[in-house]
Amino acid sequence: MGPHHRLRHLLRPYKAAFASRFLLMLQYRTAAYAGFATQCWWGAIKTMVLAAFYGSASASAGAPISLEHAITYTWLAQGLFALLPWSGDPDVALAVRTGAVAYDRLRPVDAYALWFVRSAGWIAARVLPRVALMVAFAGLALPLMGLGAWGWQPPAGWAAGLGFAASMLLALLLSTALVMLLNVAAAAALNEKGINTLAAPVVIVLSGNLLPLALMPDAWQTALLLQPLAGVMDIPARIYFGQMAGAQMLACLALQALWIAVIVALGRVAMARTMRGLEVQGG
Amino acid sequence: MPQILVHDLRKTYRIHERDPGVMGALRALVRPRHRTVQALQGVSFALERGELLGFIGPNGAGKSTTIKILSGILRPDGGRVEVDGRDPLADRQRHVGRIGVVFGQRSQLWWDLPVGDGFNLLRDLYRVDPLRFARTRDELVAMLSLERLLDQPVRQLSLGQRMRAEIAAALLHEPEILFLDEPTIGLDAPSKLAVREFVLRANRERGTTVLLTTHDMHDIEALARRVIVIGHGRVLADCAVDALRAQVAAAQRDGTGDGEGEGEGQDMAIEAVIARFYAMHGASEV
Repeated sequence: MGPHHRLRHLLRPYKAAFASRFLLMLQYRTAAYAGFATQCWWGAIKTMVLAAFYGSASASAGAPISLEHAITYTWLAQGLFALLPWSGDPDVALAVRTGAVAYDRLRPVDAYALWFVRSAGWIAARVLPRVALMVAFAGLALPLMGLGAWGWQPPAGWAAGLGFAASMLLALLLSTALVMLLNVAAAAALNEKGINTLAAPVVIVLSGNLLPLALMPDAWQTALLLQPLAGVMDIPARIYFGQMAGAQMLACLALQALWIAVIVALGRVAMARTMRGLEVQGG
Repeated sequence: MPQILVHDLRKTYRIHERDPGVMGALRALVRPRHRTVQALQGVSFALERGELLGFIGPNGAGKSTTIKILSGILRPDGGRVEVDGRDPLADRQRHVGRIGVVFGQRSQLWWDLPVGDGFNLLRDLYRVDPLRFARTRDELVAMLSLERLLDQPVRQLSLGQRMRAEIAAALLHEPEILFLDEPTIGLDAPSKLAVREFVLRANRERGTTVLLTTHDMHDIEALARRVIVIGHGRVLADCAVDALRAQVAAAQRDGTGDGEGEGEGQDMAIEAVIARFYAMHGASEV
């Protein structure tokens, strides 16, 4: 076996687990439409609030980003809603509660990696249809209806577009790594509800979903950019708008990669500890 | 050297206790209460390659705990386990690739996936060669009559159908050792017979080592020559099924067993033998 074949052989279980979960989740179309409708509704409210805010001259003069960018950011945030690490993977939580987690321990694969690819498949399959619908609505339908000023603007240029794509891929991995922390916490507590409740308010603020991080107080900007949740939403958006270009863009991508490495390492340690103490009960 | 070696295995669980009702819940918030239960207190046995061993005992005796430890899912508090010279936990990935496990009370197939898709996913999870997999799968499908189930989602299978699919799922990677934890629980008579015949064939024709737990004494009678009775976390008997019968019959003659009804001596039904044996050792669940 050549090295290429050996790698394929090694990665085969993870690829299959990702694909299986991804394809299964794509079938839930009703959930995607419902999620999309909700995100449109909230997006409309948020853009109007932003417009009112920018409408007062004193506010817009000193604003760090333009109204068009703020509106595009809002649609992007709404489209990527399902990408954020709101909660642990419900499949993992169910497996922990029913004891089916025992079977996960029986597979001859790395236990962390197996859950990681499954959760990544779950997130990716929920994000892609929603973001496609949001582009169709805010990027195509709104401009065609003559509401271009309220729509989703294209990226700053080719470099920004490509950088954004790379950053989105890293955002998926980063979000999955964070979801894995929630998964492990759910496994440790044998219950996912408490930890999910704690995660949501932190995620909505620090990811930039509620408000672009750039619009938050100046004194917080460095800390806001460096904290890990910026990497799941705000950093890709800044690259999209060309605010982070060239060396700055590369630094942003490196920051995302660094957080992925740190959080994966943390998750692996936590999972190993949790699994050592896990008692699969009943039966 | 035996293929499976279990020496002086010990395991305790912490049970959370709470008085019923609102006051009980509040009290548990302030001061949680625990009780330790000795699930295993020094279980030892050895199993040779190709053996078929029945593991019986009342509910809560420690059968499942032993299987979970042997599978590498649960960490024992004390004692030693070796399967093919490996520690199931320390060498988990290599160990689990060579065993097949069925927990009768849980499902390893994916609820929303058709059975065939679940099989394919297992093929990749175990990195089985595709050609070899196709052969094994077809064989299993024929032996367990799964032909019409392959396209059905698992959630739409009956219990008997699901259990047959579960057993096939545990064997797709051709494991050398098979752990079956109550594989016939809740099955109707034809399904039970199918499962028994299949286990017997896997053991005879492939030389698969089988360790199975059950509450159905007909499983034991049909399958196992050797049986281990476990109670209160200890091995109460480790002998041939006939020897167990003889032991109970002898006790009955001596007057130690309280014998009435259900046939006498060597003619006793297997259920009666076991019930008598549990009673002799005070092994019923508390």
